[in-house]
Amino acid sequence: MTDYQPVILPGTPDLHKIDVYEQHGGYAQARKAMGMTPEDIIGIVKDSGLRGRGGAAFPTGLKWSFMPKDGEKPNYLCVNGDESEPGSFKDRQIFEFNPHLMIEGILIAGRALRIKAAYIYIRGEYEAWVQMVEKAVADAYAKGYIGEKMKETFGTDFACDIYVHRGAGAYICGEESSLMNSIEGIRPYPRVKPPFPAQVGLWGCPTTINNVETIANIPVIMDKGPEWYKGIGAEKHPGPILYGISGHVNKPGVYELPTGMLLTELINDVAGGVPDGKKIKMVIPGGSSMPPLRGDQLEGIRMDAESLKEVGSAIGTAGIMVMDEDTDITRILTRITHFYKVESCGQCTPCREGTGWMLKVLHRLLEGQGEAKDLDLLHSVAKNIEGNTVCALGDAAAWPVKFTIERFRPELEAELQR
Amino acid sequence: MFTEEELRKVEELKSHYPSNLSAVMGVLHMYMDKYGHISDEGVTYVASLLDVPEEKVLGVVTFYEMYHQHKTGKYKLQVCTNVSCMLRGSDMVLKTIKDHIGIGIGETTDDGLFSVHEAECLGSCGTAPMMSVNKDYHENLTPDRINELIDQLKAQG
Repeated sequence: MTDYQPVILPGTPDLHKIDVYEQHGGYAQARKAMGMTPEDIIGIVKDSGLRGRGGAAFPTGLKWSFMPKDGEKPNYLCVNGDESEPGSFKDRQIFEFNPHLMIEGILIAGRALRIKAAYIYIRGEYEAWVQMVEKAVADAYAKGYIGEKMKETFGTDFACDIYVHRGAGAYICGEESSLMNSIEGIRPYPRVKPPFPAQVGLWGCPTTINNVETIANIPVIMDKGPEWYKGIGAEKHPGPILYGISGHVNKPGVYELPTGMLLTELINDVAGGVPDGKKIKMVIPGGSSMPPLRGDQLEGIRMDAESLKEVGSAIGTAGIMVMDEDTDITRILTRITHFYKVESCGQCTPCREGTGWMLKVLHRLLEGQGEAKDLDLLHSVAKNIEGNTVCALGDAAAWPVKFTIERFRPELEAELQR
Repeated sequence: MFTEEELRKVEELKSHYPSNLSAVMGVLHMYMDKYGHISDEGVTYVASLLDVPEEKVLGVVTFYEMYHQHKTGKYKLQVCTNVSCMLRGSDMVLKTIKDHIGIGIGETTDDGLFSVHEAECLGSCGTAPMMSVNKDYHENLTPDRINELIDQLKAQG
């Protein structure tokens, strides 16, 4: 086990209160950033090796460098807290326990990206957490950390606003271009890319979209320095990360630890192992859309983008879902497919029709009416959805089906016989 | 239909964006909070408040899960049945509710007090199983906790 001390969720009592946050050095990094050039801030983030925590693990500093430096249009930042991927429940902890870390991160990012305003997009069901974040934002405004007053507070010529935008229960809004359409107030269908948001984003203006956890890492990097950050966890995907561990474990929850931890260590030591000492049948390592792993292939697998890619999966949101030996795989796959069918926005035919088709076949299997050839049919439908849609929801729907059939075929065939 | 204070809140929401259309989601949330669902009249009203086409508002209302065009129970029980909750007992949650108030997913009690809905992952995977009742999350549910909660809500009426 590691002796790592959490910095995103340090467990300090009442840290969500602005006074307590200030007593622990809060907003000092924003002050520091205001005296720096945007290029220097982006350079530090690049040097840290930070990769986005929302799913795609794209290098954050590189993403930031795509924003124009002196365009005529205003720049915007969207902080993605839609968090609707089954198995992912980490951003909620930041909203609740350390919202000012996120706000301070926005101010630093805001300076680096020369933004006019930032929108924190929070899923509608998180109403309690929307209120918590709104309170934190209001308190930061009152202290002069946000808005026009920040020029005086920080002795800078830069100012930006921060607003909370509440979603209304649509998973697709976690997709960055849907999220922007949702903020614009139109039906949130994903946009075709290119153009990318850094050129044409919110209201046609340059926009960067970062996950809540990504933004919360920024003040930590400013405080401890890129060298420290780069030294934590996996070499090519460094830093602290919030692992959400759920399902058949004794101590489910969110754990802040370095990237690159062994999956078996996270399940057995951190989350207390599987109840009743049962064996593991399946693990989904990064939220329900990520390719699942068999229980007998977990040994030696590390939780970082590069390691998981090597074993044919992905880090996603680091939401680890553990299923014991008694789990009915067909039922799990049906429930996951049900999710993507319900949440498909309907814009692209392969996703809209394909998810329904897969669900129909899976229900047939569940009801004991299936045949072995249905597994080939499911695999074929999944392959035809994959890569053929405007956004990644098509892949998200297809991967669980495709990889479950490829990795659990004997298991599924045995379930068919029952 | 909105009070002066609510209208001030609408103006504040509008000030957050360069386009009035962006305030539509926030204003719809306000309307839902006040009336419980968004009627055709509500769509017309929200459109007029923001001076945007009704069709645009309707397009938003019909897209999102949380905007209801029809009445639900006074207490809307949303049971998460997605994987993490399923693995830790969402079947038990639905059965306990059914045994106690006699309704399942998609149904409303005759007195209009409760309705039961299947929810897609509400972000409580570490504290599963869970359900939300209107705006409040109830996590780590057991049959006893569910029964107690329903009895409390019944007593409140």
